[in-house]
Amino acid sequence: MRRGALIRGGAGMVAAVGFMLAVGAWRSGDLPWQQQVTETVGTRGADLESMSWQLTSHEGERVSPQSWIGQTSLVFFGFTWCPDVCPMTLLNISDWLEELGPDADGLAVHLVSVDPERDTPEVLADYLSNFDPRISGLTGSPDEVARAADDFNATYRRVPRDDGDYTVDHTAGVMVFDPDGRLSSIIDLHDDPKFAVPKIRRAMEREV
Amino acid sequence: MLKSTAAALVLATILPASAFAECVEVTQGNITVSAAWSRATIGTERPAVFYVTIRNDGGSDERLVGIETPVADMPMLHESVMENGAARMSHVDQIVIAPIDAVSLEPGGYHGMLMDLQTELVEGTTFPVTLLFEKSGPVTIDTAVLPLRAREAACEEAL
Ligand SMILES: [Cu+2]
Repeated sequence: MRRGALIRGGAGMVAAVGFMLAVGAWRSGDLPWQQQVTETVGTRGADLESMSWQLTSHEGERVSPQSWIGQTSLVFFGFTWCPDVCPMTLLNISDWLEELGPDADGLAVHLVSVDPERDTPEVLADYLSNFDPRISGLTGSPDEVARAADDFNATYRRVPRDDGDYTVDHTAGVMVFDPDGRLSSIIDLHDDPKFAVPKIRRAMEREV
Repeated sequence: MLKSTAAALVLATILPASAFAECVEVTQGNITVSAAWSRATIGTERPAVFYVTIRNDGGSDERLVGIETPVADMPMLHESVMENGAARMSHVDQIVIAPIDAVSLEPGGYHGMLMDLQTELVEGTTFPVTLLFEKSGPVTIDTAVLPLRAREAACEEAL
């Protein structure tokens, strides 16, 4: 269990592959409209309403997926011991928030830690104080984090190092959920930055 | 008079672009190393990073085969790679710099991974990193510690 939310079972695998294919098609522009993406993805990982995880924020508050309904949410997985990719993602998001200006007020941004052993709420708070204050951190027990990753269709894997320390491989994209709680798009690490903000705006526009 | 106006004009044009100081550059043989930077750390438990630009003015490949620094007991060359949407870091044995070309160790790609950190890296300080090249030998450069939220070197590259 503690080894993480590696996809469990065949059904999960099929869903994950379907999800990746859908996202790939989305990125390559093969899918003309979003409806089709949501159909391909199914509900798992695509709909906050159907998720059941519970995590603790860096401020010590219990958070559930249903509490995000009503606002656009950006969600990504990472950990504070991650020296390269995670700061980069945090900085990218800070840039998007800046570009969105006052429009970003209706936006919630969440980093879900894939390293609950080291990333306690206090550690997350300390680390995130170096970045945009609108980015919140979420962590929990190893089982709670595994549950969340499973719900989001995210994967992570603890990789031991020679010196007894470890690092964690993890899903790196930023998931964008619209105010109805549906997955609107995924912004990849190496996506052209000029497409990121339009993706977020598209999710926000569903706010009617 | 005319001359000083012209000079002022030139200065005014140049200034916005060079709000930062010029990057420290170290040249040895055909290799020039510049814009070495790192991010501040919280304590010493987390690994730190090392980013740098390497230029090869020679006529054949050069290879970066390792790094050394007094601030970390286990420095390594790493690359962040994406596989099926997941990010992982892998150890790289060498980084090839083609003739008349430059390679940057930069966020999201190649980086020096400074593990078993011996000292907290404090913003505003510098520390030495020695790059080990196959042909040009060791080249040591002062590395600037930038804030945790830095995304690039805080200097102008003369490349
Ligand atoms: Cu690394």
